[in-house]
This record gives sequence, structure tokens and C-alpha cells, in this order.
Amino acid sequence: MYNKVTIIPGLIIFVLLVTFPLWFNAFSTASTVPKVELPPGGEKQCVAPAAEMRASHMQMLNEWRDDVLRNGNRTTVTVEGKVYRKGLQMACMECHTNKEKFCDSCHEYASVTPYCWDCHLTPSLAASKKETH
Amino acid sequence: MKYAFSFLAVIALVLIAWLGSQIPGMPYLFGVAFPYLALMIFLGGFVYRVVYWAKSPVPFSIQTTCGQGKSLDFIKHNKLEAPNTTAEVAARMFLEIVTFRSLFRNTKSEIHDGPQITYESSKWLWLFALIFHYSFLMIVLRHLRLFLDPVPFWIGWLEFGDGIFQVGAPTWYVTDVGLLLGCLLLFSRRLINRHVRVISLVNDYFPLVLIFTIALTGILMRYVVRTDIDIVNIKQLAVGLVTFSPTIGSEIGAIFYIHLFLVCVLLAYFPFSKLMHLGGVFMSPTRNMKNNSRAVRHVNPWNPEIKPHSYAAYEDEFREFMVEAGIPVEKELSPAKDEADKSIQN
Repeated sequence: MYNKVTIIPGLIIFVLLVTFPLWFNAFSTASTVPKVELPPGGEKQCVAPAAEMRASHMQMLNEWRDDVLRNGNRTTVTVEGKVYRKGLQMACMECHTNKEKFCDSCHEYASVTPYCWDCHLTPSLAASKKETH
Repeated sequence: MKYAFSFLAVIALVLIAWLGSQIPGMPYLFGVAFPYLALMIFLGGFVYRVVYWAKSPVPFSIQTTCGQGKSLDFIKHNKLEAPNTTAEVAARMFLEIVTFRSLFRNTKSEIHDGPQITYESSKWLWLFALIFHYSFLMIVLRHLRLFLDPVPFWIGWLEFGDGIFQVGAPTWYVTDVGLLLGCLLLFSRRLINRHVRVISLVNDYFPLVLIFTIALTGILMRYVVRTDIDIVNIKQLAVGLVTFSPTIGSEIGAIFYIHLFLVCVLLAYFPFSKLMHLGGVFMSPTRNMKNNSRAVRHVNPWNPEIKPHSYAAYEDEFREFMVEAGIPVEKELSPAKDEADKSIQN
């Protein structure tokens, strides 16, 4: 084998790069797989089944955002007799009041940074804002 | 036909993963066994190929010289195009790997009436290759968010930069389109350019179709076919794989297994294909040798070891036989030795 001095270190660097996740995880403290907190109020019904919400809630929220803010369509959604207004704070967070335990736990685990909170407020934050006005 | 075959091969692979993953118990084969197997083949095969190449001697100093080599002081030396030192070679290699300078030189030859041949600069290959490779790199790095726990901050930066347009939810990525477009452009180049089409083989088309399908299934999984695609569940499996404790928490949609299986095929196919240019670019003597053949003699490593043999030494070795055969010698046999020889003969 020729040029061992450069090729062997090069191969070692390559193997270390490819196996980066192995030793990164070996030397870091793993977080537990997050489980979302169910609504503290005990509500059992949502706008869609749990599996569908888990997979596609972001698409629904995006559609609602477009409907309300861009098309001015504030038609309510009625599921099994219950009326929901289209909105993160007006519908979702009425039941799922705790952003940290409901939204953030999974989002942080999967490194998802939705920009909902650029404009929206969590229920607790919204309450404190009202007091100052 | 060659490109049709690569489509058929990829469709067959998709069907294998799609139908196979639906059989109970098989998700562990597609989600756990195949990824481990593919990664071992990838690493083992990669190291094997590089070591195999490293065993081949380079008989000549064959660097491509693209500019004025180092000469007299008043002749300007082109340091990047005819590197003379290790640092200059490193700079040339770095720019080749990062900016594909050799593709930038691509020309198109055409025959006009006359007949006259013309060579025109053709930058398309360079542009398509840049789009393709950088999109692919970014996508590979972004996928680390599924394997690393906790996710390092710089992956967040990459995701932010890639999703800078903030279109839709989940956010639309620039590199997703870049990779699809890159594959499409490189593929159509092989079909449309007659010169390239003639020399294109199945193993040129197949990786492009395979990578295109990997990108397509990834995009479909992210935006369209979201049934049973729970990112937490998928990350649990991915982190499990790299900590050697893989678990499939709950059912994951078939599109995920198709995507993963195609990636496994790509990894296992990689070391035995033209995709090995990832390692090969570092190993090409035309780029990584110094352009110093005037200053330093390049010795062919497979030359047999031949010691210098002067005429004086030659005569010393064969003098007796030369004298015996009547061949004139520069130095006669010593008389003492002469007599000794005679006494032996008598």
C-alpha cells in the first residue's frame, strides 16, 4: 500500500464521520421519548382522530391560518356537535393549555421549530398580557 | 433501454419494500436488519476499495498541468494549476472537491460546415453538479436531527436556512427541490446530449433514478402521504439504531420503509459503483501529485532494483573470460594471478 501516511488517517476520519451519530449518542445523555400531555380538563374529543392529528396537525393549522388570515373565512368547524373556531389559541389551546408539555415536548425532541409562536401566545402568557392592559 | 432498465429496477425495489413491510414482523427486517447490513457493506466496501486503490502503484508523474509550471524566477508560476508544493496541491484539491473546477472546464465539441470543429465552453454540467451535490449534502446533514439526541444547535441553523422561505407546514425546503431538480437535469443531460448518451450505461442511469426516488419518497412522506408518519416514532427508531437498541414503537407507514429500503440499497450499492468518486476524488493522481517532475525524479515503485554497474566493475567481474576469449581488456590480468591460474591448469 502506497501513501499510507495520508490514506490511513483519511480513512479513519471518513469512518468517524459516517459513524458520528454512534459516538455522539454514546457520549450524550439521551432524553426519553416524549409522551404528550392529555388535556388537563379531561376532554376526550378533538377535531380529528388522535392518529390523524399526530401526523397532520401542522397541515390543518396551516390551512386554518390561510383560511382565516388570507381568505377572511372564519367559518367554524363542527365535529360531533361541538363547534370549534379556527385558530390555535381559539380551538387547540382551549383544551391543550400547556404549551411546554403538549407542543414543545415532541417539537424539541424532533428539532421542529414551528413559527406559530412568532405571533401566537400561550394561554398563560395571554392571561398575563391582559392584566397589564 | 438502458435507462428503462434502471426505472424497472427501482420500481421493483419500491414494490419489494412496500409489500414486504406490510407482512407482520417484517418491519424489523426493513427497519432494523437492512440498515445495519447496508451500513456495514458501505463502510467495509468503502475501506476495501480505497485500500485496493492505494495498493496500485503510480508509475509516472501524471498530474494534469493546466498552467505554467514552476520555472525561472521571471516566468510567472501558476500555483493553482501547476502546484509545486504540498500546500499548493492541497489548495488545488480543496477547490476541486468544493467547487468542481474540472467540470467548470467542460467543453462541447461541434462539427460545422467546412468541415470545421469548434470547442465551446459548456458550464451546464458544472452547474447541475453543484445543485445536485450541495442539495444532497445539506439533506444528509439535516437528517442528523433524526439520529442525534439531543439535537445539536447547528442542525437547527441548517434547517432554518434551508426552510428560509417559510412556505407551508411542515416547512418546504430549498434543497428538496434542488435534489429533485439536480437528478432530473443530470438525467436529461445523459438523454439529450448525444455524445454523453452514447457512452451512458445502466450504472450511470441507475444511481440517478435511485436517488431521485429516494428524494421523491422523502418528500411524499413529509408533505403528502402522512398516514402513520409520526416523527417521534421514527426518531425513536433512528436513535435506537445508532444506540444499538432499536425499537419500533408503533406502526409506521409503508412510505417510510420504502424510503429507508432505497437508502439501504444506495448504501450497499455505493462502494461497488461509480458513486465511489466520493473517495476517488481524493485518490486521483492527476490531481493529488505535485507538478515538480523537473525538480524531483519520480521513481516508478514497481521498477526492479538494478544497481549501477560501471564498465570497470564489469571488466573486473569477467576479465578472465574476456582474456580467454581474446577480447581486449583495459587492465590486464595481474601476473601473480596469471601464474596461479597456470599452475592450477598444469
